[in-house]
Amino acid sequence: MSQVDLTMEGHAPGLVTGIPPFSVPAKKMAIWLFIIADAATFAGCLVAYGFLRNGTPDWPRPFHSIVNVAIMTFVLLTSSLTMLLGVRAAKAGDKVGAFRWTMITAVGGILFALLHIREWLALIGEGMTMFHNPWGTGLFGASFFSITGLHLLHVTGGVIALLAVGIRYMGGRYNADDLEVTGLYWHFVDLVWMFVVPFVYLLNLGR
Amino acid sequence: MHDMSAHAHVAHHAPPTSFIRKHIFSIDHKVIGKQYYGLALVAVFVGMVLSWLMRLHLGWANLAIPGLHWLSSTGAPGDVMTPEYYLQLMTMHGTIMVFFVLTTAPFAAFGNYFLPIQVGAEDMPFPHFNMMSFWVTFVAFLVLIASFFVSDGPTLGGWTQYAPLSAVGAVAGPGQGMGVVLWAASIAIFCVGQLLGSLNFITTTLNMRTKGMSLWRMPLTTWGWFITSVMGLTAFAVLMPACILLILDHVAGTSFFVASNLVLNDQLQPHAGGSTLLWQHLFWFFGHPEVYIAIVPGMGIVSHVLVANMRRPMLSHRVLVYSMGALAVLSYMVYGHHMFVSGMNPVSSIAFSFPTLIITIPSTIIVLIWIGSLYGSRLRINTASLFALGMISMFISGGVSGFFLAQPSLDIMLHATYFVVGHFHLVMAVAAIFGIFSGTYFWFPKMFGRMMNETLGKIHFWLTFVGAYCIFMPFHYLGLAGNVRRYQAFVDDYLQPLIPVHRFITVAALVTGAAQLIFLYNLIHSRFGGEKAPDNPWQATSLEWATPTTPPPYDNFGGHLPTVYHDPYQYGIEGSTGDYVMQNSPEKVQSVGEEA
Repeated sequence: MSQVDLTMEGHAPGLVTGIPPFSVPAKKMAIWLFIIADAATFAGCLVAYGFLRNGTPDWPRPFHSIVNVAIMTFVLLTSSLTMLLGVRAAKAGDKVGAFRWTMITAVGGILFALLHIREWLALIGEGMTMFHNPWGTGLFGASFFSITGLHLLHVTGGVIALLAVGIRYMGGRYNADDLEVTGLYWHFVDLVWMFVVPFVYLLNLGR
Repeated sequence: MHDMSAHAHVAHHAPPTSFIRKHIFSIDHKVIGKQYYGLALVAVFVGMVLSWLMRLHLGWANLAIPGLHWLSSTGAPGDVMTPEYYLQLMTMHGTIMVFFVLTTAPFAAFGNYFLPIQVGAEDMPFPHFNMMSFWVTFVAFLVLIASFFVSDGPTLGGWTQYAPLSAVGAVAGPGQGMGVVLWAASIAIFCVGQLLGSLNFITTTLNMRTKGMSLWRMPLTTWGWFITSVMGLTAFAVLMPACILLILDHVAGTSFFVASNLVLNDQLQPHAGGSTLLWQHLFWFFGHPEVYIAIVPGMGIVSHVLVANMRRPMLSHRVLVYSMGALAVLSYMVYGHHMFVSGMNPVSSIAFSFPTLIITIPSTIIVLIWIGSLYGSRLRINTASLFALGMISMFISGGVSGFFLAQPSLDIMLHATYFVVGHFHLVMAVAAIFGIFSGTYFWFPKMFGRMMNETLGKIHFWLTFVGAYCIFMPFHYLGLAGNVRRYQAFVDDYLQPLIPVHRFITVAALVTGAAQLIFLYNLIHSRFGGEKAPDNPWQATSLEWATPTTPPPYDNFGGHLPTVYHDPYQYGIEGSTGDYVMQNSPEKVQSVGEEA
């Protein structure tokens, strides 16, 4: 059989022609891979939390209201929506609109972080630390601060990325694809929060 | 001299001119690959010297090793190793070898150098991430080595760093305070480096292949690195938070890994509520994929080397690839077999035992493909092919003991004995090292433009091959006789008759270790004084042998990327160049292979 066969997935090299063979730019593929790895990190933490929670009979349930976490969730979900609008504007060539939506997204992230820190401070005020809390096992504070802290770290990184990419997009150094890649990360931060809320907040709601 | 400016328009980053950008903070995947190789080389000699010290101490308890007090005045007062210091050296040996040798050399070093060339790319898509990947790994190594120089030395907890003793601090022994923190920090940093590397490897494989390079036309090495990077992506991502939680147990007063009411040295520990098993779950979820991260690139290298020397393709290229993929998938489902005696629910033991026995199937298929392909072939005997054969031998010998350990009932007896130590050293460590050696002798001509000395290479092979068996086969015997691992001295009556065996192993280890100096000499001597290498010394077919110069130019193919016309291993056919046709040769051939 003849081996001279260029039709079999014959494709052009990405860097020379600028056309990525799978029509997925390398950056977008990389952010998806990063999201897979990051999901594994969060999964490891959440599984560890579940493992510890299941093994502890006196697990405290100190939360009495879902108002604050609901507001935080609403803010974060809304910021995902504004991100979506920003990427759509960028794809449509509306540079100013894309920049504005991206900045609004970053503001949403900052608002979320502030609400989160306020909540942290309130809990610390009630006597909760990494190793001690007034309601039961110290593991509660340890896992709460670790998991929400990891998420807060992601939000902070995301806000910095949004500001940096947004400004460079406006300056012409980055394009709509870069904005989309940043957006994918931001949606992931949002998605992970949707796992954190039921496991860390709702399960620990007082009866 | 190759003209760099002629193709500057295709290179996405121009070749650097300053020494620092060229050789130190380089974004060239080939330089980064060589840096990883150098790091692994330094690490392997550190690890080997540590094993010498341990073996001397095990053979002759309380032996004074001249100069040892310079390494640690508290760990070896009067040049005699304390029991704790033995464990500290053992921990560092394991950590350095697993992370900084078995992960970096076959995967990060060779993968960085050859994966982009083998798929016909001029570099990886994220060269700066690639550079960071190496330097982050380098920092991780420094952090680990730094623990030798803190007051009470490195951690003594073993490379698995089991809780609770790893999490309670200095009360658990020398090195369990700062030593563990540095260990965990080093490993967490290492994870970041490997994550960056994996991102690059996967995107290169999926996105950067040249025209005509379909997935099935990739060489088996590329497949090995690609599959490994998929494992690396998720395995290291779980180890990293585990290490950070461990650090929190030290510095933030948490007790993720320490249960309540733990009394150490007559002191009730302040930690409460955590789970010691949790560490094992998190660690082995990484730890078992890690052993395949160490061995799968070696499988790829050995297959690649054998095919070029057999002058015919593997019995089935595709089944070999599928089997490596199956190893990767199953590697996540078997980790509990490290925990049969941990107090885990026995039902879990059965559940983990079953996939463990299943994972032997792809392993066996891979071995059978190698042996079946070798059968009746006129194998060219050179150092690279000898080490490839040696790797198969080690993998089989070490793999067979895996069948025993996979059964919970037998493992209860064999767990934590030298049987386990012999098993994993053969199947994962020595086999992977043989893969590294095979790759080194095979690719050295391309990496440095000079041939290695074959006579020295063959002497190195035979000493290493016989030596490795002399060291690790008796381990199985020791384990069956009940010799527990991680003991610094054998004082029990029933262990006395085994001491001559330990002395034999020690002598074998010293001789085999010394034989590695031949390799080092060969490496350095050939680098500067070896015979000039032709572009394709092994008459091989894959793209790394199709570069316009040797070593390859900065952008690998001198301005125009190759087009691929063939399956990777067109050997044993009538070609214009001989009995092979290179992948980028447009000539028509009658396919010898399989599923073309």
